[in-house]
Amino acid sequence: MSEQATRISEKVSAILDKYRHEEGMLVSILQDIQAEYNHLPKDALVEVSRRLGIPLTQVYSVATFFKAFSLTPRGRHSIHVCLGTACHVRGAVRVLDEVERELGIKAGETTADLKYTLERVNCVGACALGPIVIVDDQFSGEMTIDKVKPMLTSYD
Amino acid sequence: MVTLTIDGREVRAEEGKVLLEVARDNRIDIPALCQHDSVAAYGACRLCMVEISRKGREKLVASCLYPAEEGLVVKTDSPRVIHVRRTVTELLLARCPDSEVLQDLARKLGIERPRFSLEEGNHKCILCALCTRACEQVVGASAISLANRGTARQMATPFHAFSEACIACGTCAEICPTRAIDINDVGDTRIIVMPNVTMEFKLKQCSVCGSYWAPERQLEHIIRQAGLPDNAFDKCPDCRD
Ligand code: SF4
Ligand code: FES
Ligand code: FES
Repeated sequence: MSEQATRISEKVSAILDKYRHEEGMLVSILQDIQAEYNHLPKDALVEVSRRLGIPLTQVYSVATFFKAFSLTPRGRHSIHVCLGTACHVRGAVRVLDEVERELGIKAGETTADLKYTLERVNCVGACALGPIVIVDDQFSGEMTIDKVKPMLTSYD
Repeated sequence: MVTLTIDGREVRAEEGKVLLEVARDNRIDIPALCQHDSVAAYGACRLCMVEISRKGREKLVASCLYPAEEGLVVKTDSPRVIHVRRTVTELLLARCPDSEVLQDLARKLGIERPRFSLEEGNHKCILCALCTRACEQVVGASAISLANRGTARQMATPFHAFSEACIACGTCAEICPTRAIDINDVGDTRIIVMPNVTMEFKLKQCSVCGSYWAPERQLEHIIRQAGLPDNAFDKCPDCRD
């Protein structure tokens, strides 16, 4: 086993112990792994399947079903641009275009330096303040193109 | 036993037997693609929709899942049923325009061309999960499953790679209602072409006649399951005495 695989195996062990190796806790187990690595490494999923004695296909189906899980590494910060109806009519598309242009990626992608993952959402319940952009847990309302760059450079 | 009415005919059926089966027992044909006697019903294709009325209320249900009840009135050819059947067929055909099975069904229902835009780069998979259910429930391998969700849903192996759990038995290709999976034995190799992955497997050579007669993994699987000696399948069935 490679050094990395050994480390993953130990980490997975600890997480499985926490959930007493219960098959019914698969989603929680994957959530913990996602939190640890910011994605679900393939080796970790194989390990979960082997240790819980459930088919890899089942783990893979669950891992690819929920949006909260990602099989590829995600950025340290997540950016969600709201494209719900209210934000849309207030120019959210232009805001998204600007974020995409600044970062050089499309919605659903992660920057090469793993700093940002960009996502679009449909209404976050703050319509009156639209267009809304959320970075990690930080909401910014009344977004304009001009505010995009300063916002992006304020994170490291 | 319960008594129910299907298309105006009074029929008797075992309580709990699903309507699709009851209809078939009475030679009433309902199109159904994702149902197979060897696996549990799943209700994925929605072709088998029928109309039922209970207490004066009418609704559409999947006949492969809905159990026979006393006094139930079932219609398998009402205008509403025909309408959904056609719409479902149009949707499936738009997804899989190359599928001969769906083309035939559409022709039977008088559909020339779906109203919906046809999907490109097409395969024939309708996501009915018959292959994955058979792989799990009949073969016991669980080598394939449905992955992703929504419009990205697909039948797949984990990570779209060679599936270690696959024993190359070919049950998936056999059971697929739209023939979306191809199997070819070429020389000493079995090639399985699935909608999203192609896998190759070694075939076992007979120690007597030299023919390649079955996938090594499938034979190993049988040996494990049945507790047979390791050399149980050294000879092909023709060369065994
Ligand atoms: S490959 Fe065939 S059996 Fe499997 S899900 Fe697709 S249509 Fe159904
Ligand atoms: S539409 Fe953006 S918050 Fe409602
Ligand atoms: S046969 Fe009933 S939903 Fe497919």
